[in-house]
Amino acid sequence: MRSVVVVFPGSNCDNDVAWALEQVCRSAPVMVWHRETSLPPDTDLVVLPGGFTYGDYLRPGAMAARAPLMRAVADHAQKGGLVLGICNGFQVLTEARLLPGALLANDTQTFLGRDCLVRVERTSTPFTGRYEAGQVLRLPIAHNEGLYYLPQEPLDSLDARGQVVLRYCTPEGEATGAANPNGSLHNIAGIVNDRGNVMGLMPHPERAVEGLTGGTDGIPFWESVGEWLQGPIRGDAAREGDHGHALQ
Amino acid sequence: MRFAAELIVTLREGVLDTQGKAVTGSLHNQGYDTLEDVRIGRVVHLTLRADDEDDARRQVERMCDDLLVNDLIEEYRLTLETCDR
Repeated sequence: MRSVVVVFPGSNCDNDVAWALEQVCRSAPVMVWHRETSLPPDTDLVVLPGGFTYGDYLRPGAMAARAPLMRAVADHAQKGGLVLGICNGFQVLTEARLLPGALLANDTQTFLGRDCLVRVERTSTPFTGRYEAGQVLRLPIAHNEGLYYLPQEPLDSLDARGQVVLRYCTPEGEATGAANPNGSLHNIAGIVNDRGNVMGLMPHPERAVEGLTGGTDGIPFWESVGEWLQGPIRGDAAREGDHGHALQ
Repeated sequence: MRFAAELIVTLREGVLDTQGKAVTGSLHNQGYDTLEDVRIGRVVHLTLRADDEDDARRQVERMCDDLLVNDLIEEYRLTLETCDR
């Protein structure tokens, strides 16, 4: 498994992602500066880490989405390669139009730095195969713009197509308004593209791989990616027909 | 010719403007009971070279598409004037 972590000016979770990949997947990623124009040969996974690229100037992720390396990242996604954007990386993916929607300022009008609970909506993705459908995870969030927005019609269609992978929820797994930390539409915390090879999420699975630092619910996330790249994963049977072969 | 462009970028109607909502609340707290709504946007001033006003407009519109405006959530108004003396 060959993974790449893209480093932009203002990235600050790049080392955490590298740590998670090393600890869980036993595979050190290549750190690639955003000014590069190509990815290393045989790259399987590209991770856009969290942070505040370009100081969040203009719109979060807007300028990072136009960085030279992003053309190669888009080509990689086009060929079916895995791309993962966490927090600011999710914002970059929406700005690059590799994922639908946009991330707006939290409706709390504050920065949110705390744990949240999310429900796994779909396990037939390269990123969630090691979870159970409906499983509730505790993962940290740290963002000011995490309100997932898409106009009503495409939002309903995104949901109907099973592209919502994680939803903010109560400890019992109910996606209520009170369990929604930032006002995200449909309680959305993470989505995949139509083919399922590009994922964006606001919570930080890389910050939940050590019991010492607050939790280990992120470990299966990285295990899922590792397993996906080394062989078939067990799928969510109910959705296998719709999505199980989407990544060929 | 040189042109000065002023771009006013605002969130589309129906898109939650958290900043505007906070400012509305603050003004209400100060007793401005007649205030109904506040929408906050961004002003971008650009100076550019162009053959004529149409050319300048086309160039700025391309910059909006390429970076300055996210048309999923934002809309803009553009005014142009020549700044040659």
